[in-house]
Amino acid sequence: MEVTLGPITAIPEGEGRVFEIGATRVAVFRSRNGHVFATQAECPHRGGPLADGLLGDATVICPLHSLKFDLASGEGANGQCALRTYPARLGKSGQIVIDVREPT
Amino acid sequence: MAAKQKLVVIGNGMAGARTVEEILARGGADQFQITMFGEEPYGNYNRILLSDVLNGSHEASDIFLNSLPWYQENGIRLHSGVRVSKILRHSRQVIGEGDIVEEYDKLIIATGSVPFIPQIEGLKLGDGREKPGVFVFRNLDDCRRITEYATGKRAGAVIGGGLLGLEAARGLQNFSLGVTVIQRGNALMSQQLDQPAAAILKKTLEDLGIGVLLDKDTRRITGEDHVTGLEFADGSTLECDLVVIAAGIKANSGLAARAGLTVERGIVVDNQLRTVEDPRIFAVGECVQHRGQVYGLVAPLWEQAKVLADQLTGADPDSGYFGSKVATKLKVMGVEVASMGITEPSEAGDEVVQFTEAKKGTYKKLIIRNGRLVGSILLGDLRKAPYLSQAFERNTPVPEERLSLLFDIGAPSEQASVETMPADMQVCNCNGVTKGAIAGCVKLGKRTSKSVMEATRAGLGCGACKSLVSQVIAWACGAATEEDPSANYYVPGIPLSKPELVTVIRERGLKSVSAVFDALTGGEDDPASKPGLASLLNTLWAGEYEDQRDARFINDRVHANIQKDGTFSVIPQMPGGVTSPAELRRIADVAEKYHVPLLKLTGGQRIDLVGVKREDLPNMWRDLAMPSGFAYAKRYRTCKSCIGIDYCRYGLGKSIELAQEIEQRFQGLDSPGKLKLATAGCPRNCSEAMVKDVGAVAVEGGKWEIYVGGAAGAHVRKGDLLCSVDSHADVLKFSGRFLQYYRENARYLERTYGFVARIGIDKIRAVVVDDSEGIAEQLDSALQRSVDAYRDPWQEAHTQATPNQFRSSLPIVQ
Repeated sequence: MEVTLGPITAIPEGEGRVFEIGATRVAVFRSRNGHVFATQAECPHRGGPLADGLLGDATVICPLHSLKFDLASGEGANGQCALRTYPARLGKSGQIVIDVREPT
Repeated sequence: MAAKQKLVVIGNGMAGARTVEEILARGGADQFQITMFGEEPYGNYNRILLSDVLNGSHEASDIFLNSLPWYQENGIRLHSGVRVSKILRHSRQVIGEGDIVEEYDKLIIATGSVPFIPQIEGLKLGDGREKPGVFVFRNLDDCRRITEYATGKRAGAVIGGGLLGLEAARGLQNFSLGVTVIQRGNALMSQQLDQPAAAILKKTLEDLGIGVLLDKDTRRITGEDHVTGLEFADGSTLECDLVVIAAGIKANSGLAARAGLTVERGIVVDNQLRTVEDPRIFAVGECVQHRGQVYGLVAPLWEQAKVLADQLTGADPDSGYFGSKVATKLKVMGVEVASMGITEPSEAGDEVVQFTEAKKGTYKKLIIRNGRLVGSILLGDLRKAPYLSQAFERNTPVPEERLSLLFDIGAPSEQASVETMPADMQVCNCNGVTKGAIAGCVKLGKRTSKSVMEATRAGLGCGACKSLVSQVIAWACGAATEEDPSANYYVPGIPLSKPELVTVIRERGLKSVSAVFDALTGGEDDPASKPGLASLLNTLWAGEYEDQRDARFINDRVHANIQKDGTFSVIPQMPGGVTSPAELRRIADVAEKYHVPLLKLTGGQRIDLVGVKREDLPNMWRDLAMPSGFAYAKRYRTCKSCIGIDYCRYGLGKSIELAQEIEQRFQGLDSPGKLKLATAGCPRNCSEAMVKDVGAVAVEGGKWEIYVGGAAGAHVRKGDLLCSVDSHADVLKFSGRFLQYYRENARYLERTYGFVARIGIDKIRAVVVDDSEGIAEQLDSALQRSVDAYRDPWQEAHTQATPNQFRSSLPIVQ
């Protein structure tokens, strides 16, 4: 199911924000080179708010204990478990669109 | 794809196998069909640990590096137990015993070394067979033969008082033999030690029950059908049942010489490890002579293996081997010896630092040239060895305080040495990483501090254990630890040191973090580098800096300290730790209004409102009507003070007022690390000013002493006295100038305690107080620009800086 979240301008360049879709919290990131990523909102390590992390290229660093994740694949750089990711794109007139179907 | 080239490697020892590993690591399996010849009928093992096999602390099976299946898994054909008899260069063939013929496109000779056997009569039996009881000590089979023969014997002798001889002697003691070391010259380990050190080592060995005979030239091994003793040139004799010859090694280069390659003391190679005559033939390891040097240690061999792999695979055609700096360590139970570089001063101006305590077997000697370590001998106490060998290998400047090179002064004594530390001991107490976990990670192929730390997260908490983590990594790697070039970068994502980066930023006028990435990395932004760059740019450009909020850590985006549950802590400014009834009432009202779960006094004499929701931050700031205390940032935090002269019966100076003036001037100043200051009204130091980044202590006579570089957190250090001044204005002037010098020269996240120790207080005092570099005025005006650029970030309560700055989640808007 694709969901339109709102205008990309809700997120400053190079930062992330959390969106609530029903009971699901999704962290959406807007990279400086124009990409949009969406992942689970909480770090699998200790529940840190990933949307508050430092973002560079396609990597986010969790603000609590500096664990690193690849936003495209969800993979952890420190050998910890991966993030759930959601396909994300920019739709018409700069709207953020993500796909929240359960992975098959 | 082109057909694979045939690569043949003669020698399956540490050099040959390591080179092949390096080639595989560079994807060489796609380029080469690899064939190896090994004279010993095993896989590849760690020859350095042979003495441990002899002394029983390791099983032979423990020291294998690559077992036979490893070769299969990597598609390598191994002729084990096959000696190579010749190289036919014209037909590009290698001929092994048993008529094995292998063709090559590229050939690596890694035949290592063989024991040097001095001219001694009676080495062999009358009929030329080996004499029972005579051994060399070079491979696993030698170890096995010695073990079998030694059991039940009474006395053993070792000819050779070098590294290998002493290891063999200590190993022989394991069989309850009386052991005597025979040295031809007048000192033990003459390659690595000077005379006084050799004398102390001799006594240490004798205390361990090993006899040492110096100036003994062995003429003859006596005994008709087995060893019964030795006869020396001076006519004296020694009874013994077995003798181990460990008089040195020589390059095993006969095969190369017969193939017509230039051989002097070893096979002569150029900087690409190529032989002189034949561009298809390379040589690596102990069989090699490079720039006149033949190495008998493992570290140079590893450096060579890398260069050779870079060359053969084309991974780095510009790579070259330019010689190695040689550091050795005697690894024998009960005897601790480390040696590197030269053993005696050899140039005018060489500086010698020395300490001797012969009774305890301790000897330390350093030779320093132009502020850098060029030689060192350590006996009996190797605690400084990891630091010294690093300073030696990397040629980094050593601290002015030479004493600190010999001893850890004022630091907590190091725990058990890395070697004896149990595997389950926690090294990193923040992230709970054990010695065993770090060693396991090294085993999986990570060899730099950075890569091991990334993978295990050791050292990534408070950072206090970083040097211990590095020591464990060095221990786990053996000598194979790799230098991490990024250790000198200011931020991890840009390969420049701080001075280089500052130059580029100034020359090109880069005023924002993204401008730096655009100019230096093609726009690819590294998240871990952003806050460091933001801090540096703000320091360099002050008011002209183009702030980009995404470069800031979350604390700096919302001006509060993030807590484990995603709430924040709010600490308003409270200069000098002084408050008022009205202010306390306001804080109490705010705490009630916003249901703040915890009110806490901080160590910096302020009040912390903990557990605040992000949405409440702007409104709380408005209601508090106090400026930010910056208790969340790598900036000036606070200045603690005692009561001072007005009420305290010991007070000598106005510590509260000075603290308030300091806060007024330095508030919000950003810096490489957080800054915690203090003022004390008398030398009793109730406000702990001597363990602060900057501390001012009032002393009799109307003076203030300024201490810098103190710490009492993850690391404890007493600050160094910068200078004595007689006014508040001068405290502000010199501490400000020091802070600016620190801001401009420290690495990101390097606290003042690390910075002051690294640069040395003498140098800092010269620059800051005596203006030895003529930059005082420049430092003062740069600091003034930053002071002028201060603004209270809590004013963002009224105008937000970015969209949804204080929202913890956003609704869906369609």
